[in-house]
Amino acid sequence: MAERTLILAFETSCDETSVAVVENGTKILSNVVATQIDSHQRFGGVVPEVASRHHIEWITRCVDQSLEEAGVGYGDIAAVAVTYGPGLVGSLLVGVTAAKVVAWAHHLPLIPVNHMAGHLYAARYVGEFMYPQMALLVSGGHTELVYMPKEHEYEIIGETRDDAAGEAYDKIGRVLGVNYPAGKTIDEWAAQGHDTFHFPRAMEKEANYDFSFSGLKSAFINTVHNADQRGEQLNKYDLAASFQQSVVDVLAEKTMRALDRYPVKQLILAGGVAANHGLRTRLDHDMAKYHPEVGMLQAPLKLCGDNAAMIGAAGYVDYQHGDHAGMDLNAVPGLMFKRMEVK
Amino acid sequence: MKKKTLSSRDATIALGERIGRQLVAGDVLVLDGDLGAGKTTFTKGLAKGLDIPDLIKSPTFTIIREYQDGRLPLYHMDAYRLESGGAEDLGLEEYFDSDGVSVVEWAEFVEDELPDDFLAIHFKRTDDEGTRILEFEPHGTHFTKLVEDVVA
Repeated sequence: MAERTLILAFETSCDETSVAVVENGTKILSNVVATQIDSHQRFGGVVPEVASRHHIEWITRCVDQSLEEAGVGYGDIAAVAVTYGPGLVGSLLVGVTAAKVVAWAHHLPLIPVNHMAGHLYAARYVGEFMYPQMALLVSGGHTELVYMPKEHEYEIIGETRDDAAGEAYDKIGRVLGVNYPAGKTIDEWAAQGHDTFHFPRAMEKEANYDFSFSGLKSAFINTVHNADQRGEQLNKYDLAASFQQSVVDVLAEKTMRALDRYPVKQLILAGGVAANHGLRTRLDHDMAKYHPEVGMLQAPLKLCGDNAAMIGAAGYVDYQHGDHAGMDLNAVPGLMFKRMEVK
Repeated sequence: MKKKTLSSRDATIALGERIGRQLVAGDVLVLDGDLGAGKTTFTKGLAKGLDIPDLIKSPTFTIIREYQDGRLPLYHMDAYRLESGGAEDLGLEEYFDSDGVSVVEWAEFVEDELPDDFLAIHFKRTDDEGTRILEFEPHGTHFTKLVEDVVA
């Protein structure tokens, strides 16, 4: 029988409590996400948006269920991987502590995983990684272009200077009366509208790989606000389409430019906003047109949001590189890949 | 209440910087106003006044961002996501009572956790897109004096 290395992975950086069992970093044996469990029937109650105590209530059930679904016991596990940042400190600590307990009790190595590396590795379930590689990581808390000269090396070449793309979706969603998280609804509305408002494309032409979505957010809010004052009702589908077009234009253009400057073998699209159909379609189109020589892996829709399977995939690579933490591992809420100064 | 009309983003940053230079450990500022009213922009200026070299990014998603490399640490918080509760679990009072400066956006969701002395700044948008009106509401003598000194 072929050698198999099983990683038990924990992810509690934000709203989701998740535990997974991953084989050799490429095969998901289980991936339990608390907000997606049939929580109402099974446990009664919903996981509120933010509160570490709820992670505490859920984490052991997630561990049990993930081992059960994978059909394995602690004795089969080779190592424990856990997100130690970035994220909410109270939430992170629950996962870190749970992972420590399991690692200590079962004499297993403890692997600290960067949440953003985790997002990137969601795409590993689609295909093999090739280097050098570029990744566009877009989520509620992050918007980054990450260059990887080789496996296990990450350099930020561009990032948002204010709001993350997903956050901009949530904030304009609020103005339109869409519940958090708003991305999915706005994406659906956008498909039914047209870019009639021509919102600004911030920093699109600037000679760097940074992003800014704060100005777009303000322009959007002003437009709605001014219409309200005139007693005018704007078409929500066109508003959504115009907003999304601006976001997607900037993300796609900057990514194409980064690929001009950094010849890579592969582009990865990952993070919560990677589930956006407008963005996925646009990158498919632009890559075929401008960089047909570069392969692209888009994180599977089911793994774009926070989940432990992606942490297991990233953790497996970290494990092979010998990243081990001691029992003094702490949460690092502001953890970041290093920033590369680029011209 | 003292008011100040700011006609540009740069003016908002400059005022933030002037206030930032006057702050001491344990100071708490509360910023409120609509989305896009300039709260994060103001905080960028404030960070400059604290000699913080880092990029100040929106804290909405992570609720708290910490900046340790300035004259004083800056704790930038956004309670926007705490509308439905959860503030009491975050240990905010430890930040307010610390060696650094705390800036809180959307503080109405964490009102119970605020200390007695703080400076509230209300951001108002105007019909002119670039112009903002800031209203200063100091609580306690330290902040009353600070507002008199800085907001001419």
